[in-house]
Amino acid sequence: MKKVSRLWNWLKDLSGLTELVYSLFAIVFALIIGAILIYLSGHDALEAYYYLFFGAFGNIYNLAQTLLKSIPLIFTGLAVAIGFQSGLFNIGIEGQLYWGAFTTAVVVVSLPGLSGYLLIPIALFAGALAGGIWGAFPGYLKAKTGAHEVITTIMLNYVGILATTFLLKNFFKAPGPVDQTKGIPMQARIPELFPNTRLTWSLFIGIAVIILVKYLFSNTSLGYDLQAVGANTSAAEYGGISVSRVTVLTMTISGAVAALAGSTIVLGVLHRFITNFSPGYGFTGIAVAVLGRNKPEGVLAAALLFGALDAGKVSMQLFTNIPGDLITVVQGLVILLVAAPSLIRLFSSTFGRGRELIASE
Amino acid sequence: MNDVLAAIFSINTLAAMIRMATPIALAAMGGTFSERSGVINIGLEGMILTGAFAGVAGSYYTGNPWVGVLFAVIFGSLVAGIFAVFTVKFKANHVVAGVGLNIFALGLTTWLMQVLWGGRGVSPNVNGLPRVSIPVLDKVPVVNKLITNQSPLVYIMFALIIGGWFLLFKTPLGLRIRMTGERPEAADTLGINVSRVKYFSVILSGALSGLGGAYLSLGYLNMFSRNMSAGRGYMALAANIFGQWNPLGGLGASFLFSFSEAVQLRLQSINLNIANELIQMIPYAITIIVLAGAVIKSRPPEALGEHYGTEE
Repeated sequence: MKKVSRLWNWLKDLSGLTELVYSLFAIVFALIIGAILIYLSGHDALEAYYYLFFGAFGNIYNLAQTLLKSIPLIFTGLAVAIGFQSGLFNIGIEGQLYWGAFTTAVVVVSLPGLSGYLLIPIALFAGALAGGIWGAFPGYLKAKTGAHEVITTIMLNYVGILATTFLLKNFFKAPGPVDQTKGIPMQARIPELFPNTRLTWSLFIGIAVIILVKYLFSNTSLGYDLQAVGANTSAAEYGGISVSRVTVLTMTISGAVAALAGSTIVLGVLHRFITNFSPGYGFTGIAVAVLGRNKPEGVLAAALLFGALDAGKVSMQLFTNIPGDLITVVQGLVILLVAAPSLIRLFSSTFGRGRELIASE
Repeated sequence: MNDVLAAIFSINTLAAMIRMATPIALAAMGGTFSERSGVINIGLEGMILTGAFAGVAGSYYTGNPWVGVLFAVIFGSLVAGIFAVFTVKFKANHVVAGVGLNIFALGLTTWLMQVLWGGRGVSPNVNGLPRVSIPVLDKVPVVNKLITNQSPLVYIMFALIIGGWFLLFKTPLGLRIRMTGERPEAADTLGINVSRVKYFSVILSGALSGLGGAYLSLGYLNMFSRNMSAGRGYMALAANIFGQWNPLGGLGASFLFSFSEAVQLRLQSINLNIANELIQMIPYAITIIVLAGAVIKSRPPEALGEHYGTEE
């Protein structure tokens, strides 16, 4: 028992791991509340969670669906996290990812002759550029006029979605009843990792961007400035950091990362731009960022968790007839609980004390 | 051109503006109270949605739409109470908890809808609120065209906004709320129970947002549909900020948003030879332009978003 106790203390000493433990507590606790709701609605909670788990991890195909559903959330979660690190609440992810998807699709269909090795990077870059510009705009407004980014980015979501729909319908629409561009050529499609899973190499683009942003935060002066502004704006200003410049740059980077969510969906999954293709990746991104505590590696873990829940709820609904929206309740609860570390600490201290009693016996 | 101007400045457009502003203005005042006491309230969206759902459920099970309104206020307050426990007692990050609350409310209402009524899209039709006119006002020219034959909640909204303004700026309780949001330590020194003031303000914001939700579901559609709030909570938050954390300012901002929305809808109905997408952008573009061009600088309450006290 002493060994267990020592191990526990060692685990607690590691910074970051404590947070991980809190997050695990939050997830377990939220799942328990979810189980109670399932029970109250007259279903078998164990069976439901079996299929939830099976749908997320049961076999290679299901695991691939979990990863597939995580990819856009990696980008959108990271985009929100970048804003938060600098004290900016970018709710405009949805509009930014539409610009990314649209621009990527248009660039690809305009340059059909190019080889994939050139076309895919160019298309991704163009998408990120478009999203970056769309993100820079509210950053500029905030820096120059003080217009609150929460309001402007919400408004720009609508404007962005409407503008891309307008441009699509009037200039790039493929013949047919659906508002979509024509399909992108084979060489521009990001290849699948496993056949027939739709899971593509986009996953590694996501991981690469996570690493890049981690590097940005910990090894560059811009990353330092960005976090300094987020920690204390007036102190950063006093310390000689141009808050305006950092605000615009943060929103540009955030918008560019958000755009990649749309670009990778176009190149990897849909193979064209379709109006209203996003089921709210941008808003789920907010949840992913807060669950990941705005850290790149945290965002990755949170995106995987949300991807797993999204993939799992499909099979849960299919096999047990429990509406998948119940999992949305669980996701909301996880975020609420993660937001309140003192609540989790209350639980873990009770738990910890109980365990120490056992250990001393 | 005259057609366009006539469409924009018609009585119908203004009446539509008042209708559409009602839920936003109510929730915006909720945001005002919450934020004046220092609690950032992203959760307005979830509170509106909960109110809209509870309103329909109440009317469905009792047949009386006013019971539905009561349900909406109670359940709006209840989720706000949960939000308050998290933000005030457990010191949760306000923005994070608000986002969590919105997702929770969206999941819960959509799930309950399927458990209770079987469908994921819309609820059954229920008894809605009647349209009413105010006896004296319906004789006044212009005014009668604007606010006669409206949902009773429209009149209640006007009364509540004025009452809320009075409460916040002309009563000792209002002073306590504002002091709690500006200088909690000073408020504490003066013997004000900071936590209790915050609980009161946040729960009030839930009651008001719930009422706004009831207007959405029982005001004229008489049913609940998935994600019925459709971003109005965020609009309300914007209206609150734009209205300088003042119920009257929030009402004005709600009018501005709703006016441009009403104009947009009117313009779509007359054939202008302009793509609908461009017309639909008008309200959002106007909001951005006004916000960026506004001389007034938004100054939030000093201690907004901070936690106070040592209790855990």
